[in-house]
Amino acid sequence: MTTVSCEPVPALAEQFKRGLAAPICLTWEWTYACNLSCAHCLSSSGRRDPAELSTAQMRGVIDELHHMQVFYVNVGGGEPTVRPDFWELLQYAVSRQVGVKFSTNGVRLTAARARQLAATDYVDVQISLDGATREVNDAVRGRGSYDLAVRAMANLAEAGMAGFKISVVMTRHNVPQLDEFAALADRFGAQLRITRLRPSGRGADVWPQLHPTAPQQRQIHAWLTAHADRVLTGDSFFHLNALGGAPLPGLNLCGAGRVVCLIDPVGDVYACPFAIHDAFRAGNVRAPGGFAEVWRSAPLFARLREPASGGACRSCSQYSACQGGCMAAKFFTGLPLDGPDPECVLGHGEGAPGDTPPPGNDHSHRRVPARRTAVPLGMPGVRVPARRVAADLGLPAVGVPARLCGSSPLAGVP
Amino acid sequence: MSVPADPFEPDRGYRLNPDVALRPEPFGALAYHFGTRRLSFLKAPGLVELVRGLGSHGSVSEALAGVDESRRPSFLRALAALAASDMIVPQP
Repeated sequence: MTTVSCEPVPALAEQFKRGLAAPICLTWEWTYACNLSCAHCLSSSGRRDPAELSTAQMRGVIDELHHMQVFYVNVGGGEPTVRPDFWELLQYAVSRQVGVKFSTNGVRLTAARARQLAATDYVDVQISLDGATREVNDAVRGRGSYDLAVRAMANLAEAGMAGFKISVVMTRHNVPQLDEFAALADRFGAQLRITRLRPSGRGADVWPQLHPTAPQQRQIHAWLTAHADRVLTGDSFFHLNALGGAPLPGLNLCGAGRVVCLIDPVGDVYACPFAIHDAFRAGNVRAPGGFAEVWRSAPLFARLREPASGGACRSCSQYSACQGGCMAAKFFTGLPLDGPDPECVLGHGEGAPGDTPPPGNDHSHRRVPARRTAVPLGMPGVRVPARRVAADLGLPAVGVPARLCGSSPLAGVP
Repeated sequence: MSVPADPFEPDRGYRLNPDVALRPEPFGALAYHFGTRRLSFLKAPGLVELVRGLGSHGSVSEALAGVDESRRPSFLRALAALAASDMIVPQP
């Protein structure tokens, strides 16, 4: 991203805070269905929602994005490739000059599909992997998921799909593996992308156990500073800028409703991909005026584009560096939205948080009733509360590639 | 994967790269290069106007003649930056 400035105008970030004509970074989740049940899934995915957009409705949204000049979208889920119309929609988006970067656990990336992708201009692939080793990855993403991802990466590399992304959510257990992730990316001719764990969706359940410790936050910052030229971050670590030094590359602001938003599988529009909750729902693409009307006129977005007060952070010397951090991280940990981030590197986010909000819409796989006891994650010393799906991490049906899903996420898909 | 660009020569004619789309924004425009997939931000409405009309002038200097004199140096720098990132290209 480059800026061509030619006269004294407010910094680009200041311009962005007031919102743009269309999002720059639009995440669009194509289904809540997923073959995996990752412990930290920020959309609580698993089962397809019966109200998900039809193929025709999806094409309608693509047409609208074309007219709004949204030049690319980040497609996710759920696992987007389990939609039977996934490849058709991908081709349609590309034909309308809406580039697609899609996130996948690799379940459908056969050698043939990898060759097809390599031959398609304007498509990027992002393989999700949360451990550089099988043990660390599968503890969070489910048994078999490491092998699934590695097979997909091998297929992409073999097909000549250079520069695909390996996308890692940083957790307490994989921060020590940063160099290993970089080596893995090199091995496959891929690019490493690391992002911040959010307490969103099922991530709320595992946040206390999985979010990086304060020393690890500093380790991430140092590693990012040393490797800025070879790692992508989705601008997700701007809260670490309060540690000082040169700012991390990126916009350094919360883009929710300003440059970023999310369209979920049923067409609901949320302020950001980490805020799938009624409190951040701005509208639905099926309403009159479609997505454009939501983006331009939703009262929620208008509020997010107003100048932020800074709240309790206003008196902090580092406020201009970190901007108070991530709105979703605060919301889902019960912190005031105008106060410090729960991972504030100066420690201001610690203390007595308020009540955490009730979970948003949950599409987790239905399994055995959640037990109230802690369940081992498969690694010594890692224990997760048994709320919702985290209880089921050890079940053999989770993440076995040969069997997509016990409760058939595809049931009823047109 | 940026395309190597020739040195910027204001005496030549330039035009908006056919692979680049301009999206109007409150601050000016967002430029997207479909080939390199890079985004740039044109941070002045006057600059957007200049870039859009660049192809109808025989040279950059000629195009700049219509711009207020005090703004010419900064616009020239902006055009050089756009040429370096392949957003504008020499006329064929």
